[in-house]
Amino acid sequence: MSSPTSTPGRRKRNRDDIPATPKSTAKAGSDGQVSPPSQRRRGQDSSNGDLPAMPTSPATDIASPAVHDTSLFSSPPQLYSLEVDMSSPLMYGTPSSRVEGTPRSGVGGTPARQRPDLGSIRKAPQVDLHSDADGAVASEQALGQKLVIWGTDVNVGTCKEKFQRFLQRFIDPTSNEDENAGLDLNEPLYMQKLEEISVVGEPVLNVNCSHVQSFDADLYRQLISYPQEVIPTFDMAVNELFFERFPDSILEHQIQVRPYNALKTRNMRSLNPEDIDQMITISGMVIRTSQLIPEMQEAFFQCQVCAFSTRVEVDRGRIAEPAVCRNCNTTHSLALIHNRSAFSDKQMIKVQESPDDMPAGQTPHTTIVYAHNDLVDKVQPGDRINITGIYRAVPMRENPRQSNVKSVYKTHIDVIHFRKTDEKRLHGLDEDSDQKLFTEERVQILKELASKPDVYDRLSSALAPSIYEHEDIKKGILLQLFGGTRKDFSQTGRGNFRAEVNILLCGDPGTSKSQLLQYVFNLVPRGQYTSGKGSSAVGLTAYVMKDPETKQLVLQTGALVLSDNGICCIDEFDKMSDSTRSVLHEVMEQQTLSIAKAGIICQLNARTSVLAAANPVESQWNPKKTTIENIQLPHTLLSRFDLIFLMLDPQDEAYDRRLAHHLVALYYQSEEQIEEEFLDMAVLKDYIAYARTYINPRLNEEASQALIEAYVDMRKIGSGRGMVSAYPRQLESLIRLAEAHAKVRFSDKVETIDVEEAKRLQREALKQSATDPRTGFVDISILTTGMSATARKRKEEVAQALKKMIQSKGKTPAMKYQQLFDDLRGQSEAAITKDMFEEALRALADEDYLTVTGKTVRLL
Amino acid sequence: MPSSHDWINKPLGVVEAMFAQSNSNPEWEAKVLEYFKGQLKEKESHSWVPSLNDVPLHYLKPNSLVKFRCLVQDMFDPEFYMGVYETVDPSTKANVLRCGKYKDVTECGVDLNSRNTVTAERQTFYCVPIPGESPWAKEISFLSAARVVPSTSYVPSRQKRSYEEDDDDMDTQPQKQREPHTEPHGNGDSKRQETEAPSSQTTTPSDCSSHLDLNFPLPGERGPACLVKVYEGLDSFKLNDTLEIYGILSVNPVLTVLGEEKDPSLLLLNPTESMETPEEQRAHDPPASLVPRLHMLYARPLQHNNPLLPSAPTEDQSAFVSSFLVEMASVRAELLAYLTHVLLGDGLAAEYLLLHLISDVYTRRDVLPLGKFTLNLSGCPLNSYTERLYQIVQQLVPCSYRLSMSLHTMNSMRLVPKKDYVANRLVSGALQLARNTSLFLDETQLEQGQLDSSGVRNITALGNLISWQKVDYDFSYHQMEFPCNINVLVTSEGRSLLPSDCQVPLQPQVTPPNMEEYLTTIHMAQFTSQINKFRVYLSLARTLDYSISDEVTKAVEDDFVDMRKDDPQSVTAEDLHRMLVVARLLSLSLGQTTLSRDGWMRAKHIDMLRRSRTEQQKSLNGNEP
Repeated sequence: MSSPTSTPGRRKRNRDDIPATPKSTAKAGSDGQVSPPSQRRRGQDSSNGDLPAMPTSPATDIASPAVHDTSLFSSPPQLYSLEVDMSSPLMYGTPSSRVEGTPRSGVGGTPARQRPDLGSIRKAPQVDLHSDADGAVASEQALGQKLVIWGTDVNVGTCKEKFQRFLQRFIDPTSNEDENAGLDLNEPLYMQKLEEISVVGEPVLNVNCSHVQSFDADLYRQLISYPQEVIPTFDMAVNELFFERFPDSILEHQIQVRPYNALKTRNMRSLNPEDIDQMITISGMVIRTSQLIPEMQEAFFQCQVCAFSTRVEVDRGRIAEPAVCRNCNTTHSLALIHNRSAFSDKQMIKVQESPDDMPAGQTPHTTIVYAHNDLVDKVQPGDRINITGIYRAVPMRENPRQSNVKSVYKTHIDVIHFRKTDEKRLHGLDEDSDQKLFTEERVQILKELASKPDVYDRLSSALAPSIYEHEDIKKGILLQLFGGTRKDFSQTGRGNFRAEVNILLCGDPGTSKSQLLQYVFNLVPRGQYTSGKGSSAVGLTAYVMKDPETKQLVLQTGALVLSDNGICCIDEFDKMSDSTRSVLHEVMEQQTLSIAKAGIICQLNARTSVLAAANPVESQWNPKKTTIENIQLPHTLLSRFDLIFLMLDPQDEAYDRRLAHHLVALYYQSEEQIEEEFLDMAVLKDYIAYARTYINPRLNEEASQALIEAYVDMRKIGSGRGMVSAYPRQLESLIRLAEAHAKVRFSDKVETIDVEEAKRLQREALKQSATDPRTGFVDISILTTGMSATARKRKEEVAQALKKMIQSKGKTPAMKYQQLFDDLRGQSEAAITKDMFEEALRALADEDYLTVTGKTVRLL
Repeated sequence: MPSSHDWINKPLGVVEAMFAQSNSNPEWEAKVLEYFKGQLKEKESHSWVPSLNDVPLHYLKPNSLVKFRCLVQDMFDPEFYMGVYETVDPSTKANVLRCGKYKDVTECGVDLNSRNTVTAERQTFYCVPIPGESPWAKEISFLSAARVVPSTSYVPSRQKRSYEEDDDDMDTQPQKQREPHTEPHGNGDSKRQETEAPSSQTTTPSDCSSHLDLNFPLPGERGPACLVKVYEGLDSFKLNDTLEIYGILSVNPVLTVLGEEKDPSLLLLNPTESMETPEEQRAHDPPASLVPRLHMLYARPLQHNNPLLPSAPTEDQSAFVSSFLVEMASVRAELLAYLTHVLLGDGLAAEYLLLHLISDVYTRRDVLPLGKFTLNLSGCPLNSYTERLYQIVQQLVPCSYRLSMSLHTMNSMRLVPKKDYVANRLVSGALQLARNTSLFLDETQLEQGQLDSSGVRNITALGNLISWQKVDYDFSYHQMEFPCNINVLVTSEGRSLLPSDCQVPLQPQVTPPNMEEYLTTIHMAQFTSQINKFRVYLSLARTLDYSISDEVTKAVEDDFVDMRKDDPQSVTAEDLHRMLVVARLLSLSLGQTTLSRDGWMRAKHIDMLRRSRTEQQKSLNGNEP
């Protein structure tokens, strides 16, 4: 006979013949004698939930309580005594334990609750692997060491002991899961959780499988391979431990263990026949949930003749109706009493694989998931979840009129644990879902890349290689992709500091702005692409709609919210309507979105970087005008962009030649050549993801000094000419850019070189966008106030001239508008437009010097 | 004709024999595939296999080998099945191992208890005939198949009639356009009525399929849809692939368990049944008599569906290519003359139309598709000219579709495929097309009025298709991008509201008093053999390889710099993009596989001509943007 160590080896075969006999129960005892247990498969009883025409007869079904107390225990060749049976998982959760009470101390009084998620587990008997099955009549203690659950290598006693040891001793000082918040990390983690249970009274213990694995790899293997047997054992262990420690606590039912994060985490696509009946964790998105399905767990029968009642447990979806009343021996006298039968909740959930897991060009797969009891209605369509559960395959129903079977199985997952991955997106940072798993080699490659001195240039040239030149713009976008460091100042009342870099591209049509946007949108995992023309304020923010099925009001999030932690690419920014644009004000500085509509008032996070592209109003960029005048965007919005780039046609020969070369090469280079030249897009993606997750640079002393100097310098430039050339916003964006640059280098410290590059880039962008066309100087006030300092000075001069003129006219209380205008024009040597005149009037009106009513101007 | 056709008539016998010999050695599966591949490699052997496209389903033997030329419209979830199972012979009580591969149902008396059962995985693809396949392509492949169909009792007795139809296509097509149901696509009900008494057959397939939505991408399509069970190489297939599938036909009536036949009480008790909605059942398990199952043994990706060309990239294809290359230039000249007549004597527009017809997205650089050449033919005369133009295009290309962009169709039609989560299938849309399909957008049909939100979505989808050659399929919670390769031709009065790579204002040299008559005469003047030559030419030119030497690269660069020197405003990077594509297509159209300096100059020349014409148009119309 085989020993337990040989068992894992045959697992594969076993799993292949899942939907085997329904006769298992009846034959279980005798089979154990006939064939070596190691060759028998296990778990068959639960996996073939609905096979009809099975020869289950109540008389031999050890599971049915009716038989339980008679035939089972009177039959001599049983392998186990009554006591083993009661404490073994085989009996766990059966109604008999509830009806008859649990003899064990402590647990008594708290009802066990069925675990339909595990299926009916009570069938498999324990087998002694070391002695001949039928000869074993040893004492319980001696036997306990050798007994394993039939078809597995799980020994209940050892398993229980191991798990209790795990609960009592497991410490994870590095844990940073939010579920463990408030727990002392240097104390045994799960004992604290038990304490929590005794206080809160919610009898569910979530166990992270990776903890189990690091504690006891063998136990973990058993848990993954035989969840159906091992989890009840865990349950038992927990309850014993719990009621020992808190004998007085009252729980609704016994504690249930819910393992999650089985490390064998897979995407849906990689599920294959070998995973059947194993514990798996997959991620996906809920697309549909069914109504609640009441599933009968236990039928209650009453004899019509003598009123004798009996309970029959549902076995694989069927109730074996007792044909004869055991009390009065009347045949066919038992009737089902519905309201005394026991039901459990069940819900069918359809899950679709998440778009990120899919190979290109294929459609997403879906899987059916069953949730039971309190897991029902825990998830809604649209939720992204991680599911831990047991994978099942069930043969299709035979057609009763046909003798041949469709050779296809139906598969589903019985869920044990749900974990929403986007649950916290509305509240805080969502570390988990972003955490991409990087293999050692990958990290090595990335680090190697990072250590190269020219990594910054390499990455920026890898960005959108099909777009020619515009090196600085690409560098800016690269920094945007990395982002700054997130800082929290909520303690000091300032709230979150924006870490995202916003960039605006403006320039002539046909300078591949859209292409650049498309590229970025394709590069980042959470990108959104909208066009200013096609989007409304609602489409950007969020709207409330009525779900056609449930009639519930649901909040549908728009592009900005969807791109939380990502990049929102907005094309044709200038074509956007004003009301739509006004939404962006809040998003671009506070990084939140406030919504108040249809009774829903909330603030959503929208920590998105905005990459916008705008065309000049006159379709061609007019170099004689300022940025504001060219694109006609409110300066309040413009000042929220960290970098504003102009994409213009440089129009010089050398550039043309390089451009031509680039384009021709683009068309005729072979794939290999391209790959040699540029970084793979996948590497770039991983590089960015890695840096965003793991690198959080902080300013060092020198860098802070450099920043201060840079800011003071910027202020100085302007002060000489009586204007302000830099605002705190510029300093903030300088910091962000420097941080992003440090991230590019995988450096934890922001150093002077980062500040230098940030300064350079900002200066480049300013040079392009904030140059006063009249003077040729860089003037930041063009962006912050919408008017250059010279223009403002001019305005004041006109107003003063007008005032002087009016004063010189003496005491005339009212004047004709047109005449005043003509006079002013005649007097001034510079040309004065009507706009300028009106502005001057307005300025004087603000001074309370005069008022304008219709066509007359009155002095005050 | 070979006598032994067992591998066609009884492929399952072959499979089972191999399985029996194997003694459960898993290598037998590879052997089976090799055997069938080997058989099909033999000369002409693939033409002995009857095709689902040509032969009506009820003439095909169940469990025989058939082929199917199709497009993968949807991919269903993978399913687990019994790869090997054991049965108990009731008379001898002996256990027999059976093979469940390539079958839908098991033999009697499965021992579900057996430990020898092997569970395996397969996937189902929902396949439809290639959407928009031109009638001539169907006709020719039908005729060539009709020559050799030894394995079916079906004898196509309608050759005569088919020729008539061919003529019909040319004469009475406008009428057919209006009534798509009378169009004799494939071998639908008209044949059936011929062989069977109309009284006995009251429900024609069209009636059945109308209540069972077969999910064809284009409205008015006909033909068999098929559930293809795929066993090997699941990752190599993509949505919208065009394939020629060889597989075992399964039409077992057991599969036909429609929702209404089910006992509701059974449903309640049976949890596995209740997880499927009736809609899902209907989509995933339609009656086998309407949607047959095909167990794939071998699949060949199709580069094109032109029946006049050898389809496989074998030696005889390269021989065919090299022989045709000789006449390439002359065929081009004839085709150009033909198109010039069709385009009312406008030679330049004809040149551009020709280039457009052979264009192809040959590669992608990050997001940028290279080689696309969307043509906007503006200034088209009204009054059904565009309709006739489409018919001529349809006669030339193997796959095409005309989308009349009237307000009503734009607002009501579904262009983008959408996932239906209730039925768990991808509901098709008109933009789910095979590669190199000619999409003819008729903007002359557009009138003033309001587009509703679905209309705006449709226009956006068309714009995306043209600019990026991709369609964003609607998965309700998110969108998924599917790259495509569709030749879009836009006909409009003024400049099109859709983007295009190149706009050519039509300048008619002749104004025939009766347009219909004029076009018909031109069409009739062409012999079928001539038309066939054009068809081969267009398909072939597209498949040629193309390269550019360093020397010419240099010349092109210099040229670009020179052009910019004169007037930087007039020539932009975009223009260079376009001219490079034009140069490529121009060379290919002449059968030249490298760009010559001459070719570049020609490309530059015709682009100059076109540009001056657009300028002219602009100044004529005044304030056109």
